[in-house]
Amino acid sequence: MAEPPIEVRDLRFSYGHADVIINVSLQLAAGELLGVIGPNGSGKSTLLRLLSGVLAPRAGVVRVRGRSLREYSPREIANTIAVVPQETLVEFPFSVMEVVLMGRSPHLGSFAFEDDRDLQIARAAMTRAGVLELAARSIHELSGGERQRVVLARALAQETNILLLDEPGAFLDIRHEVELYDLLRDLLDEGKSILTVLHDLNLAALYCDRVALMKGGQIVQLGAPRDVITRRNLVEVYETEVYVDVNDVTGAITVLPLSRTYRERLRAGS
Amino acid sequence: MYLTQRRFITVNALLLVLLLGSLALAALVGSVHVDLARALTAGMPDNADRVILFDTRLPRVLLAAVVGGALAIAGAALQGLLRNPLAEPHLIGISGGAALGAVIAIIAGGRSALTESALLPLGAASGALVSMAVIYRLAQVHGRLQPYVLLLAGVVYNAFAGALIMCVNAIADFYQAHGILFWLMGSLGTQSYRLVVTIGLYTAIGAGWLMLRTRQLNLLTLGDDAALQLGVDVDRARRAIFIAASLLVGAVVSVSGMIGFVGLIVPHIMRLILGADHRLLLPASLLAGAIFLVWADTIARTALGAVEIPVGVVTALCGGPFFVYLLKREGRKLFG
Repeated sequence: MAEPPIEVRDLRFSYGHADVIINVSLQLAAGELLGVIGPNGSGKSTLLRLLSGVLAPRAGVVRVRGRSLREYSPREIANTIAVVPQETLVEFPFSVMEVVLMGRSPHLGSFAFEDDRDLQIARAAMTRAGVLELAARSIHELSGGERQRVVLARALAQETNILLLDEPGAFLDIRHEVELYDLLRDLLDEGKSILTVLHDLNLAALYCDRVALMKGGQIVQLGAPRDVITRRNLVEVYETEVYVDVNDVTGAITVLPLSRTYRERLRAGS
Repeated sequence: MYLTQRRFITVNALLLVLLLGSLALAALVGSVHVDLARALTAGMPDNADRVILFDTRLPRVLLAAVVGGALAIAGAALQGLLRNPLAEPHLIGISGGAALGAVIAIIAGGRSALTESALLPLGAASGALVSMAVIYRLAQVHGRLQPYVLLLAGVVYNAFAGALIMCVNAIADFYQAHGILFWLMGSLGTQSYRLVVTIGLYTAIGAGWLMLRTRQLNLLTLGDDAALQLGVDVDRARRAIFIAASLLVGAVVSVSGMIGFVGLIVPHIMRLILGADHRLLLPASLLAGAIFLVWADTIARTALGAVEIPVGVVTALCGGPFFVYLLKREGRKLFG
């Protein structure tokens, strides 16, 4: 059997003395969309940084296609894993096209110009991310959501098998958000494996093959959305009452917030 | 919209032509009129025009070009590396560190030919490198580069290095102190082609080294995480750029003292015209910086007739207001 795209065993990481990741083990299977959910500060973004090699674990190992990430050069990592971070600040006035072309960097020599093929790949990536018409604009002129899609296009232009995303929908309106996740599903069909951190539990339930629920640096539960996104788990992990139901149209779990009046009523009832 | 090979060649060729034209023109301008036809006639005894043009003006104009180019390309690289459009060798304390290193080299080696061509530039480069390392460390708060801390650290470091220089100067004997003072004032006056070639060589090495890293500079402007995720060996690239920039600034400071603002103004204007891609920005800044300083020095040596203004005064008079303008524009981003 082929090695899984990413395999993590007994991962541990701390900033100073505070443990941020504690004994995390998980596998990203080929062709799956794995969602990582959990409250603020539960270690999701740190886990993502460990998986992309930006941080080195204190203990445990990250294996990418069976090989320890430590043995990869930065360029090899960039040719295998593309990352869409939570926020991208671009200090200098690069054009959108220039930013997307930066995704071709790991494939190029140190002073080579992008050739027609690189341009073609960049344009295709921009078309898929819906930013082709922004190509000539300065990155500084864009809204947060547009910039997020430009960075997605850059990640696509890297042409990697593995994609890691950190709340890619944070700045997007509802239409662009569902289009983003539809695109991720398409990418799975093309053979990519994707891990995304996300806050929106409904989207996690709707789109992810599996979800990992994190709290306090640990994975509390890992499995199908239906088994993980339950009222019991959510109340325990997020420490608040929520309304959980099944969507008639999609059959997926839906989670709705409750105002204080209803939270108290529910707590009294149960 | 994006850099093509054609655009790269066109822009640089155009700037190169402008530079060559500036060199020729600036060499003909001066407080004394030079008869070009006479100057170009070889074999004439007591040919004053020839002496002025080839022994006085041309080496000076060439040195101005080398110094301006080196400062501008170093400034462009540092701005990208530090993600700060206000970063400039002079402002962030690197020139001060280089000057301190150079002063120590003068004290240690005296003003011999060896000092001038090797000890002084290397001393200044080491001083620049040390200051850069210190300032970089100071500017990192919680693992992130804080732009305003960087500027503050530079100011403090400059003042500190200045105090140390004065301290060394006070201790040094009269002959050495005079040498230090003379050099600190910053001038491009030289009659030595050997010096031009030496500094030109350092500049070529430093600039060439930076050119190999221009794509990585683009990625580094996105932040360390993003650069790494796009395949840049961040620590290695940063180290190489630091060393190359130190070599450039050190070599230049060792010959011309402290000439400020070239590394700020030129890359900025180039970025406005050409965009942010460092693959073009760096060579274009090199050429434009050379043109800029050639003309700044021409003003310095002609504006007041026979009296010469230090060229650093001219660049500072242009650069001060420009910096205020930039600070106002960038201030919101830095402090908001």
